[in-house]
Amino acid sequence: METISFLLQGFAVALTPEHLMFAALGAMLGTLIGALPGLGPANGVAILIPLAFSLGLSPAASLIMLTSVYAGAMYGGRISSILLNIPGDEPAMMTCLDGYPMAMKGKAAEALAVSAIASFIGSLLATVGLIILAPILARFALHFGPAEYFALFALAFATLGGITGKNPVKTIVAAALGLMIATVGVDISTGNQRYTYNILELYEGIDFIIAIVGLFAVSELLFFIEKHVGEGLTAAKLNKLNLKMKDIVEILPTSLRGSVLGFISGVLPGAGASLGSFISYTLEKRMVGSKGNFGEGDPRGVAAPEAGNNAAANGALVPMLTLGVPGSGTTAVLLAMLISLNIQPGPMLFTQNAELVWGVIAALLVGNLMLLLLNIPMIGVFVKLLSIPPKYLMPVVTLVAAVGIYSISNSALDLYFMVGFGLMGYLLRKLDVPLVPVILGMLLGPEMELNLRHALTISDGDWTALFSSGLSIGIWIVALAGLLLPYVFGPILRRRMERARDRLEVPEEGD
Amino acid sequence: MQRPIRKLVLATSLVFAASQSYAFEPERTAECIAPANPGGGWDFTCRSVGKVLTDLDYIEGNVQTVNMPGAGGGVAFAHTVSKREGDEALIVAASTATTTRLAQGQFAGMNSDQVRWVGALGADYGVIAVAADSPYKNLNELFAAIKEEPTSVKFGGGSAAGGWDHLKVLIAAKADGVENLPKIKYLAYNGGAEAITQVVGGHIQAFTGDVSEVLGFVESGDLRVLAVMAEERLPGEYAGMPTAVEQGIQAIAPNWRGFYLPAGVSDDAYNWWAETVDGIYASDEWKTVMQQNGLMPFHKSGDDFTAFVNQQVQDIRDLSIEIGLIK
Repeated sequence: METISFLLQGFAVALTPEHLMFAALGAMLGTLIGALPGLGPANGVAILIPLAFSLGLSPAASLIMLTSVYAGAMYGGRISSILLNIPGDEPAMMTCLDGYPMAMKGKAAEALAVSAIASFIGSLLATVGLIILAPILARFALHFGPAEYFALFALAFATLGGITGKNPVKTIVAAALGLMIATVGVDISTGNQRYTYNILELYEGIDFIIAIVGLFAVSELLFFIEKHVGEGLTAAKLNKLNLKMKDIVEILPTSLRGSVLGFISGVLPGAGASLGSFISYTLEKRMVGSKGNFGEGDPRGVAAPEAGNNAAANGALVPMLTLGVPGSGTTAVLLAMLISLNIQPGPMLFTQNAELVWGVIAALLVGNLMLLLLNIPMIGVFVKLLSIPPKYLMPVVTLVAAVGIYSISNSALDLYFMVGFGLMGYLLRKLDVPLVPVILGMLLGPEMELNLRHALTISDGDWTALFSSGLSIGIWIVALAGLLLPYVFGPILRRRMERARDRLEVPEEGD
Repeated sequence: MQRPIRKLVLATSLVFAASQSYAFEPERTAECIAPANPGGGWDFTCRSVGKVLTDLDYIEGNVQTVNMPGAGGGVAFAHTVSKREGDEALIVAASTATTTRLAQGQFAGMNSDQVRWVGALGADYGVIAVAADSPYKNLNELFAAIKEEPTSVKFGGGSAAGGWDHLKVLIAAKADGVENLPKIKYLAYNGGAEAITQVVGGHIQAFTGDVSEVLGFVESGDLRVLAVMAEERLPGEYAGMPTAVEQGIQAIAPNWRGFYLPAGVSDDAYNWWAETVDGIYASDEWKTVMQQNGLMPFHKSGDDFTAFVNQQVQDIRDLSIEIGLIK
């Protein structure tokens, strides 16, 4: 009951004209970013963070815009999957399997509509799940002491290489890089400076927002320059939409199953949206069995992964908001944004910043409705936008990034750092080192260190305190499983994913 | 230390008296540097004072807030010292965090004499609180436990080790005659709310922070305030919280909100700003701002404020040396 009144207050925040406008803007930009092959949701949010700073938005407006971008990117990913057979981002990979065949049969509009409806259902159900689960988890999170938090961060690191990491060693290298960068600055447990060399600008450490924008957005630009991709892409022709009620009814059970699976895989730290769409698709294929024609343009094959990845995206917000531990790469970027807005995620967020949290949650519901409208009647606009040559798009991205970073602290040094991180991101991507672990290392490393020290201070130096509660032992077991299982099942899973995407070119990791 | 200040007071008041007829003409616009990102306390100080400055026509045009984060105010301090000398249209937001870092030499060799302290317009007072189900009912009981076994109470706060939240505990403990201050355990968190969560969850025993941080948790019944570190009880919804002084512990810890000017400004300009701070503090507009944002009464300006800042820096330095934080 209490939850409903909070949600109503949230709507009061989300439905102000200003916030509605930013939700719409975020949804538009997110869909576009998701649709552009190569730009995943993490990149999308990273690119738009500077926009929030340059516009000088309030915390609520920035978060509403960025979560709309996040949701929009999940919708947008399917557009290029269906029309170009190139997934807009990794979670949309599975959508190619049946989406593109549908488009080839002249049913592109139906595929887009069906997938939009499935996305809507996935997103809606997962938001409801978030509304129910988050406050419960937030209350439960009070039992988390430093030992439990330490185990939880270990879990986040353990699972991070799992599904998306192609090469565990490179994932570890990336995470270690992040941890190293995070040690710069004052060590709050002792008050000492580390690696600051008396340079005042380094005393507070290196801002992860700058790292994120550099690593994701600026490196994107460098890749563009290298490839000289000047022209836009030519997409499959859009036919006139001919969607019957029967088609919608047919995909409903599929969407429901996909939503539930997606939500669960989203809530688990580290798993994320790609796993959500993969599991939903595979399960659906198995359930329908030989009655369906999966792989040849079955609408259910489009609905399942889309419901799955949208649900997972919202599910990943649960651990991020309640525990401050991101469930995916994109939520890690959102977490960084929250922290730099002086909002500390964690169990107390729901009581202390209730208006903001519930405003954002209500905005997710509102944004979802907007996205459905944007993605069915107005889909033609996005298809046209897909053909915008990147030579116009990328300079705009760079401009926004530079202005945004400068406006955070009016420091030219930050711009140098941004460019430096851009170069680093370019180099790492060339070497196939994933970028998300770098960010997670920067974000979670200091927290992990702090909690370890706190646990040991509280226990007066007794290391067994780390394993003394049932809760912490449980988390350690899950972490161990998260570390080892990918070595057992990872190759099998990945081989299947690879076989499934046959001749598809998959862009940079998205989530 | 005392005598030079007194001389300074005398000298400036003479100058002041002589310059009454030479009224300082403020620039049409002014700038306020907030040495942190948008959303924090300094940013609030700049924006709210800036607005009142314009509303009350002290400044004809706008007061622009410029965020200059870094080194806990050190970047802005260095900027003011090295690049803005003599700029009479600039104020920089400061608080006890600034004096703490100056006292501990954390601004890479700079010290409090390199700027001119103009005034403070409110404060947030230190507080020591425990979980609602804690066995400690008052500050004396808490310190009695610490005297018996220094590690039996772990304090958590939102500032780094040696920071203001940590120092508040030490100020109170020292005032109560607790020996062996370095033995008192302090856990640094990234923010007050995080530390409170751990106190409420029963993982640590006591919270040290500012009184505005605990209000929500006291009202929700999660925390019990053992002592507010103010001279007397605070007004309004804070009136139920006991002070340390009334429990016989002479510990006062205001986290004031104020400003400094660059060095090299004329005395006319300095006096104009000091009087302006007085004017703002007395205004109804500012009273509303204070009430809406939980700022408590605290007002000093001009030489009075400068002496206060110097004393605070000295006290913090002594305490930091005592706990071995600095040499």
